[in-house]
Amino acid sequence: MSQVAEQTNNPASQEIIHESTLYAEPIGHIGGFSITNSFATSLVAFVIITILSLLIYRKIKRIPTGIQNAFEMIIEGFLDLFDSVTGSRKISLKFAPLVLTFFFFILINNWMGLLPGVGSIGQVVSSGGEKFFIPYLRGATADLNTTLALATIGVVISHILGVMSVGAWNYLNKFINFKALLEIPKKVFKDPTILIINPIKIFVGFIEIISELAKVASLSFRLFGNVFAGEVLLASMSALLAFGLPIPFLFLEVLVGLIQALIFAMLILTYLTINTTAEEH
Amino acid sequence: MLAKAIAIGVGAFGPGIGIGLIGAKAMEAIGRNPEAAGKILVPMLLIAAFAEAIAIYALVIAFSIK
Repeated sequence: MSQVAEQTNNPASQEIIHESTLYAEPIGHIGGFSITNSFATSLVAFVIITILSLLIYRKIKRIPTGIQNAFEMIIEGFLDLFDSVTGSRKISLKFAPLVLTFFFFILINNWMGLLPGVGSIGQVVSSGGEKFFIPYLRGATADLNTTLALATIGVVISHILGVMSVGAWNYLNKFINFKALLEIPKKVFKDPTILIINPIKIFVGFIEIISELAKVASLSFRLFGNVFAGEVLLASMSALLAFGLPIPFLFLEVLVGLIQALIFAMLILTYLTINTTAEEH
Repeated sequence: MLAKAIAIGVGAFGPGIGIGLIGAKAMEAIGRNPEAAGKILVPMLLIAAFAEAIAIYALVIAFSIK
């Protein structure tokens, strides 16, 4: 996959290494903060989303036409999809802004990696005696930092909203079941087996805490792996035969970008729904 | 080099079978009730992406092995 630089004494005949690295390469610095190409791409996506939403916002009419029509159709479709997870249109409407933000941000970042200028326009930097090619723009979700940040934000928000909607005491009881502890003295005379069962019930929620970390890891790695593997696949196919062969893979990448954004959004919605519903017995 | 190959090779084994099973059951369900094809499609794609994620974990490990 990587073109090995030839070890010659003449630096002019060294080959430039065009390998996609797992980490994003810095293209500039502000003070001590290094700006990487993924960060630049996510800023561009942010600008695109802001401009698009402002344009549509200015022109909202009672009877929709043109772009507003298209977006209303899209959002209607999404709300139906969300209803299948949350079960009620009211709850879907409450969570829709957050979940759709995740969806559109991830979608645009995924697709930016496929655009013609991204990943191919850059500079050659020599470090350690070898020359590397560093593109100015690169898909933001192909960087583990972005996906980890998105996953952490999603999971932390689901916890915060859970506490806000169910109350701190109820929410804590989902993990460490204090209610079971307090029930023992009340019911021990009616039902003696409770003396044995409830102490176990207290610890059942502990594993949930570990599964929260697993959620963050799985969300971030799923998105990162899909987009990064797509990038490497496209690079390999282009290296094999640059005319015609990458076309089906580009279609695949478009589809994968869409599906992964959808899955991320749906999972965040699922976690939000589970955390904000009171526990039923 | 061999470690990379083994990582992705063995890692793609399970998800491959998993996605095959998902597809098989979906095909069966569509065969029984062809009108529900649209309703079955979306959950099937969703679950297939979950199964594929496991293979992606293996791929990431394969990339990070030097």
